[in-house]
Amino acid sequence: MNTSKKLPMSRNTLLTLGAAVIGLVLLFVFDELFDRFTMQIFKLCAINIILALSLNLINGFTGLFSLGHAGFMAVGAYTCAILTMSPEQKEVNYVIQPIVPWLANVQFPFLPALLIGGLLAGLIGWLLGVISLRLRDDYLAIATLGFSEIIRVILTNAMTFTNGSLGLKGLARFTTMWWAWGSAILTTLFLVLLIKSSYGRAFKSIRDNEIAAESMGINVFGMKVLSFTISSFLAGIAGGLLAHYLTTIDPKQFIFLKTFDILLIVVLGGVGSITGSVVAAIVVTISMEALRFLDGPLNLGFMVTSGVPGLRMVFFSALLMVVVIYRQQGLMGKAEFSWDALSRIGLLPRRKSKSEKGGR
Amino acid sequence: MDFQTFLQQFVNALSLGSLYALIAIGYTMVYGILRLINFAHGDIFMVGGYLAFYGVSTFLMPWWMAVIVAIALTTVFGVGLERVAYRPLRDSPRISIMISAIGASFLLENLAIVLFNARPKAFPVPEFFARNFILGGVHIASVSLIIPLVTAVILAALLWIVHRTRVGMAMRAVSTDIEAARLMAIDVNRIVSITFAIGSALAAIGGILWALKYPRLEPLMGIMPGLKCFIAAVIGGIGSIGGAVLGGLLLGVIELMTVAFMPELTGYKDAFAFVLLIVVLLVKPTGLLGKNLGEKV
Amino acid sequence: MENEVCSIRGLTEFGRKITKGAPMKKTISLLKLAAALAAGVSLVSCSSPNVDNDVIKIGVFQPLTGANAAGGADEYDGAKLANKLVPKVLGKTVQLVAVDNKSDKVEAANAATVLVQKEKVKAVIGSWGSSLSMAGGPIFAEAKIPAVAVSATNPNVTKGNDYYFRVCFLDPFQGIVGASYAFNTLKAKKVAIIREVSNDYSVGLAKFFVDEFVKLSGNKDSIVAVSDYNTGDQDFSAQLTNIKKFEPDVIFAPGNYTESALIIKQARALGMKAQFIGGDTWDFGAFLDIGGEAVEGAAFSTFFANDVPINKTSEVFLKAFREEFKKEPSAVAALGYDAYLVIIDAITRAGSAEPQKIRDALAQTKGFEGAAGVITINAERNADKDAVFKTVKDGKFVFLTTVKP
Repeated sequence: MNTSKKLPMSRNTLLTLGAAVIGLVLLFVFDELFDRFTMQIFKLCAINIILALSLNLINGFTGLFSLGHAGFMAVGAYTCAILTMSPEQKEVNYVIQPIVPWLANVQFPFLPALLIGGLLAGLIGWLLGVISLRLRDDYLAIATLGFSEIIRVILTNAMTFTNGSLGLKGLARFTTMWWAWGSAILTTLFLVLLIKSSYGRAFKSIRDNEIAAESMGINVFGMKVLSFTISSFLAGIAGGLLAHYLTTIDPKQFIFLKTFDILLIVVLGGVGSITGSVVAAIVVTISMEALRFLDGPLNLGFMVTSGVPGLRMVFFSALLMVVVIYRQQGLMGKAEFSWDALSRIGLLPRRKSKSEKGGR
Repeated sequence: MDFQTFLQQFVNALSLGSLYALIAIGYTMVYGILRLINFAHGDIFMVGGYLAFYGVSTFLMPWWMAVIVAIALTTVFGVGLERVAYRPLRDSPRISIMISAIGASFLLENLAIVLFNARPKAFPVPEFFARNFILGGVHIASVSLIIPLVTAVILAALLWIVHRTRVGMAMRAVSTDIEAARLMAIDVNRIVSITFAIGSALAAIGGILWALKYPRLEPLMGIMPGLKCFIAAVIGGIGSIGGAVLGGLLLGVIELMTVAFMPELTGYKDAFAFVLLIVVLLVKPTGLLGKNLGEKV
Repeated sequence: MENEVCSIRGLTEFGRKITKGAPMKKTISLLKLAAALAAGVSLVSCSSPNVDNDVIKIGVFQPLTGANAAGGADEYDGAKLANKLVPKVLGKTVQLVAVDNKSDKVEAANAATVLVQKEKVKAVIGSWGSSLSMAGGPIFAEAKIPAVAVSATNPNVTKGNDYYFRVCFLDPFQGIVGASYAFNTLKAKKVAIIREVSNDYSVGLAKFFVDEFVKLSGNKDSIVAVSDYNTGDQDFSAQLTNIKKFEPDVIFAPGNYTESALIIKQARALGMKAQFIGGDTWDFGAFLDIGGEAVEGAAFSTFFANDVPINKTSEVFLKAFREEFKKEPSAVAALGYDAYLVIIDAITRAGSAEPQKIRDALAQTKGFEGAAGVITINAERNADKDAVFKTVKDGKFVFLTTVKP
């Protein structure tokens, strides 16, 4: 598979390591240099990368159209938040009905709470997968969408657990830049390895032709459930990070329209491309902020319009339509970033070895 | 629960259910032909409501004229939407066309926020629809009597079109197999356009009746009814017009009767439809009256 | 008008462009120049800030789009009006900087950071919607910028946050006055509750109402039914039919004005005669439009009545608002007006526009006469205020009575 395996360090490995070091240094520099606002957006980019990748795993690589992401995020966010909250803060929050006694005095550090949140989301994802993955296409889409709405309705009504619509506030600001980007980078690496592994190949074969995959002896149903579970786990982690990034959560912020925001990123980046999702997550997050001026009064040179609130979202939804109709493959299609691709287009010197490496 | 209360709940449920049924028919027709969840159906429904509103309030039309104009414009709009957002993708993977449908829905909602303003508007209800009757202690608004009548008339008309006319025959052919229909010299694009025209007109009628029953318009008003009516269509067996009506009625009855018999669950009302959907899909994925449409390999 | 600095920036940009491209496209440049001049003329008419030092920036942290846009816009209108009437403090011009938090928590956190970091405001007004205020709260607290909530009634907004104040009363107070109105004035024996379960405001009011009413009546069974619905629901017939069989005298239904208006309409269609009461969220014109005849007689507690000026400031406010916006002010507009004036008052008393000093002066506010009543900030940074009861009569909101805390 890889002819340069004999060498202790191939050029590509060196390049990757170099890029990683530069990336770390950059993160450090950014952390020192940027003001709070820029850092806020920068952290949001990382959380959106995790969300986009996890949705892409299921939609792009396994070819299952799931719209339940907001629900898994909510599960992760609430679990993590309830576990990290101090007993005093719980008393402050649960003013209408006190929290159930067995949770009242529980307090975990961030990492275990985050992982438990992810695992619970994964577990629920597994359950939902076993139930609904026998369905296909649109049925699956609507069933998963329905599931995320069910989660939201439960969060709203189960007051002794979630504090209902009052939400939770005063969560510790755990999601530092290192947590956000650390998780994003780990997720990206994990996904790259997963997609290259035999599991990844199985996922893709299911996407491309389910019947052929089955006849090759792939346990199609099991693989679908696995992919769905991993995706839910990652969404749960992202939810936990988001909760401690915002320091306050409530059920309303996890309506299914949230899933559409992530879908927008995945489609723009390219359904089935890790690189695409990462790049698009960053671009979309930043432009969501940068295009804020669209909602305000516009100076068109010859006239000044009074603000048109909502214009920004029109832009993004129109963009989604245009991309789907005219450039279905999105930014990257199914292609990935690789050093070899860079040399092919002449940005790096060509190599002598002909081995194909990197994505695809 | 005393009998009178039960009867009142049942009347409430029938009125809501027949409204669901009306909108579900539009879903089921489009799905039957294209195998596509028209996510934007609920938003077309919203457009119909707003057009009627502007007809009456801005252009000062008499209400019957505003209704006709709104239905006509919404029909044109729906057909146009199919041309722009769905037709170019007909031979693409299913996922693309679904994303396009979601994108269209998203775009319509955001456009509506910009054009119509996010503030809710009060829909002017003509006197005729606002009257109240009391029958044996059960209160019935006149609009609640009109809705089932309209649904019944439309059901009869559609069944006639689909089973007794050449267009209907062509529709059934396209629904069974697009390729074969094309080989039989059926103009598939025309049939799809006609289907969308009927579906959108039904959405407009549904939107206007909805606004008469619940006189409040807002840009996101189509989302929940849209989802629920799709679920109604699935319960009844998607692709089957009779099934859509049955599913709509059933969903209305189940939603309200659960609240009636288990008042402590009122907060969970919005989740019933989705739970029901998952159950139906597991037990009888083809729905109550649906035929197995089969997977195309 | 409110975006003076932006226009000035635009103007200088025009200037630059015109000097650069002058020989190339004369006619276009001339057109642009004309436009720029026109913009300049409109600038002269309003007070023109020059250097940053002479400007005190006050942030307006509001939902200008999304579900809460109506409330946000009204509060902003009130603040704009106050800014117009009192444009200067300590010899410096006060400039309002509005940032839209889009009725969304993620956006609210970003918007708050923009105000604090980029705009470097000295104080903040807002936000409509308690959950949005809570999303901004920790950011203002960390930056040590005082914020004044206008109509956010959830106790948690100011609780534990030394930099958040408010010029309105709280949910518990509103629930309590609602209950005492139902018990003492309406002599209600049986009360039913309809909560908007997905709305923290509604759930909070309902709880405090129930607690107080049970205390007053001494009878747990005086609350005959509690029913829930979700934001955006349109059909309430099942819940109402359930309630109808208990024949309550009063139905307490705090919640969004649109849903509440539909609830009352459907209740009347079902032949229910019970008196409906609610909270300040009904105080919008659309409540009357949607409810029509059905909401006649419905009563609710709120901050302010625009048909009866309660003091001099309200007279000034009412007159100026009607002149400026050609419409009737809502209660939250009056509170937005008050929030601005309270901040100006604090700056005057502090003799400085340092955020920390403004904060300390705000905490000392005592007996300040606002358009919506006298404001005294207590130790919990909340305002002790009277509540106003209004009812609907002949398609209009009419003042009923004032209830003291």
